[in-house]
Amino acid sequence: MSGQSQRLNVVPTVTMLGVMKARLVGATRGHALLKKKSDALTVQFRAILKKIVTTKESMGEIMRASSFALTEAKYVAGENIKHVVLESVKSASLRVRSRQENIAGVKLPRFEHFTDSGAGDTKADLTGLARGGQQIQACRAAHIKAIEVLVELASLQTSFLTLDEAIKTTNRRVNALENVVKPRLENTINYIRGELDELEREDFFRLKKIQGYKKREVERQLQAAKQFAEEQFAEKVSLKKGISINSAHNLLVAGAEKDADIIF
Amino acid sequence: MAGRAQIRTNSSALIAMIADEDTVTGFLLAGVGNVDLRRKTNYLIVASKTTVKAIEDAFREFTTKEDIAIVLISQYVSFHVANTIRFLVDSYNKPVPAILEIPSKDHPYDPTHDSVLSRVRYLFSSESAASGRR
Repeated sequence: MSGQSQRLNVVPTVTMLGVMKARLVGATRGHALLKKKSDALTVQFRAILKKIVTTKESMGEIMRASSFALTEAKYVAGENIKHVVLESVKSASLRVRSRQENIAGVKLPRFEHFTDSGAGDTKADLTGLARGGQQIQACRAAHIKAIEVLVELASLQTSFLTLDEAIKTTNRRVNALENVVKPRLENTINYIRGELDELEREDFFRLKKIQGYKKREVERQLQAAKQFAEEQFAEKVSLKKGISINSAHNLLVAGAEKDADIIF
Repeated sequence: MAGRAQIRTNSSALIAMIADEDTVTGFLLAGVGNVDLRRKTNYLIVASKTTVKAIEDAFREFTTKEDIAIVLISQYVSFHVANTIRFLVDSYNKPVPAILEIPSKDHPYDPTHDSVLSRVRYLFSSESAASGRR
C-alpha cells in the first residue's frame, strides 16, 4: 500500500512537530473511541439479529391465526362482509407512533402502535351486527395482535438496517484512522525528527568549526605579540649599544638600493 | 452522517398495505385503513388483474409519503411480480418507512424470499455456526 511511505507535506520545524504530535494523540484517542463504539454497536446488532429471527418465525404463526380468524368470520357473516369493511374505511384508528432511540450516537427508530379513539371505529363496530359479530370481533382482535407483532418487527428491522449502515461506517473510519491517518502522522513525525537532527548536527559542526578558527586566531595573535615584544626588546638593546637595528638595517638596504657607486 | 436519511419522529403515522383482498380486509377490520381528503387510500388491493405498474406506483407512493411509517407487502405480491417489485424492495434502503413482507393466506411464508431476512439469515447462520463450533 502506498500509505506506508506517505507523509504530510509540512515544513520541518519544532512547531510543526508539536502540531503533528498533538494530531497523533487526537487520532489515537479517536481510534480508541470509535473502536469502542463499533463494539457497542455490534453487541446491539447481534441482539437485534436474534430478536428478528424469533419474531419473524412467530409472525408466520400469528398471521396464520389471523387468516383463520378471517375465514371464520367470513363463513359466519357471509362472503360480502369484506365489501362492507372495504366501504366503511374512514380514517385509521390504529396508528403508529415513531420515536428515536439513541445507541452509542446512532439514532434508531422505534415504532409503537396505539389506538386512536376517533371516527371510523363506531362504523366498524356495526359490521356483523346482523350475524357473526363475535367472529368478527375475534378476527379484529387477531389482526390487532398481528399488527402488534408486525410493528415490533418493523422497528427491529429498521434498527437492523440502520445499525448495519452505522457499523459499516464506523468500521471504515476505524480502519482509515488505523491504516492511513496514523501511519501518515507517524511518518511525518519521523521525517521532522530526522530533519531536525540533521539541522542540529550541522549547527554543531559549524560551531565546532568556528571554535577551532577562533582558537587558531588567538594563537596567532599571541605569537605575533610575542614576536613584537622580542623585536621591541632587541631594539632596546641595540639602542643602548648606540645603533638602531632598524636604522642600520635601513642604512644597508638604502645603500644597496640607491648608491650606484657600490658595485657589490 | 450526511448521507443517511433522517429518521422522522411522528406522533401518529399510518401503516400502508399492498396485499391481496383477504389480508387487506383483515387489517382494515383491525382499523388500519385510512382514506384522506382526496379519497386516496393507504392500501392497495392486488388482484390477478392488477398491473405491475399500479403496484410499482403504489409502492413508490407509500414509501415517499410523509405520514406512513410501515409498509406491509404481501409476499405473494412481491413474489408474483418478482422482476419489478422485488427489485424495488431489494434496492430500498431507507429506515423509514420500514418495509415488511408478510405472508398471505394462500401462500405460506417463505423466508428465503424476504430481502431483509435473507441478509439476517446470512449473518445469523455464520454467527451461529461460529458459536456452534465451540
